[in-house]
Amino acid sequence: MTSPAWFAEQTVYTVGITFAGFVAAVVFGVLFAVVIVEWKLLDRLLFPLFVGLNSVPKVALAPLFIIWFGVGDAPKIAIAFLIAVFAVVIDTALGLRSVPPDILDLAKTMRGSRLKVLLRVKLFCAMPHLFAGLKVAMSLALVGAIVGEFVSSQRGLGYVILSAQGMFDTTRVFAAIAILAVVGVVLIEAVAIVERLAMPWHYSAERQGH
Amino acid sequence: MIHASQVTKQFGHGHKGVTALNGISLTINEGEFVSLLGPSGCGKSTFLRCLAGIETASSGNLLIDGKPIAGPPDRLGMAFQRDALLDWFDVLENVLLPADFGNKRKCDYEPRARELLEMAGLSAFIHSYPRALSGGMRQRVAICRSLLLDPRLLLMDEPFGALDALTRDQLNVDLHHLSQQRNMTVVFVTHSISEAVFLSTRVVVFSPRPGRIVEDIAIDLPRERRLAVRESKEFGDHARHIRGLFEKMGLIHD
Repeated sequence: MTSPAWFAEQTVYTVGITFAGFVAAVVFGVLFAVVIVEWKLLDRLLFPLFVGLNSVPKVALAPLFIIWFGVGDAPKIAIAFLIAVFAVVIDTALGLRSVPPDILDLAKTMRGSRLKVLLRVKLFCAMPHLFAGLKVAMSLALVGAIVGEFVSSQRGLGYVILSAQGMFDTTRVFAAIAILAVVGVVLIEAVAIVERLAMPWHYSAERQGH
Repeated sequence: MIHASQVTKQFGHGHKGVTALNGISLTINEGEFVSLLGPSGCGKSTFLRCLAGIETASSGNLLIDGKPIAGPPDRLGMAFQRDALLDWFDVLENVLLPADFGNKRKCDYEPRARELLEMAGLSAFIHSYPRALSGGMRQRVAICRSLLLDPRLLLMDEPFGALDALTRDQLNVDLHHLSQQRNMTVVFVTHSISEAVFLSTRVVVFSPRPGRIVEDIAIDLPRERRLAVRESKEFGDHARHIRGLFEKMGLIHD
């Protein structure tokens, strides 16, 4: 139970949960942000509800998820998702609202449809903010995955920590914590790499003129 | 082509409100190059935005081709003080933007976009991002973009305000040639007297807020102009006269 292969297996499991929760948070978070930015009424109706839901400690919801989704992967992904989604929504909404006014004026004079403005202008404008949110969301998804594994699991780094604690195996606890730190750094760096690929205009600053 | 009578624009209500325009009456004919000249905050940009259909006048009549303006008019081109280029698209895509927003097929307009960029001396930068360009080049791209759909009416809101003096002179010359070659009506907002006199067939001088028209001056310089025209006596007379108006309004004093 202490071989590198065993640790690797637990790490892969936790990373998988983290990633699934993160992807769900990105998909639903961006959609939700677009909806509240595009429709003021929905913003007034849904946003307070969303903030209220976020104020509930996710650990307190974990037992509920286990009742609803069983003890498999689903409740852990759900917790990772819930913890991560807030950062995605807040930053994406900020980004979508950050379009310079003269670009919006330009869009009006070109009589662009709202969909065109969203797809050609707002989403691109939101990208730097979105990626800032994604980095926060990625580290929060990892926290969520560990919380989920604490509550009920037979696998993953959260389970490793919890079971090692039961046996006063401090070394194994530290081993898991060190792995978690490394995983966190790698995941954030992965987001940063995607960011650089997704926004070439932001990073290819070499001047071709004078 | 454009007919304004007693146009006012009020922002906000009550004593907190600001009157930006106070009874603007102005007729602009097809093919004219009219500069709106005045101090900052005099409402000349607001008037331009009313023409563009971005802002609506609070009262008065504002007609284009005899019809009241409701939203941006057909075949409108507009250039802004800050070029309003989209950083995430390359130069060619930026110029093609009006076609894209108008739901036209971009490939139909690509030859035209390339031609405009070539005229602007930007052929080598077609696939550069705007960030890689200097301020003057960016504004050229913005002007190419405003010309893509062959506008009948070109509205320019201090397009050269943020540029250095040399670049500004060059773009003045280029814009002058452009307006000579095409039959389009240009309304040009500026606070530079020499820019206004050099480019325009008419200069409309605005007072400080609330903006009204102080004088409407026909510029009777030859149609084809070179920068050297700025040293001529006629040019000097016009510039001196306009400066005199600003002195009378208490905006400049020696």
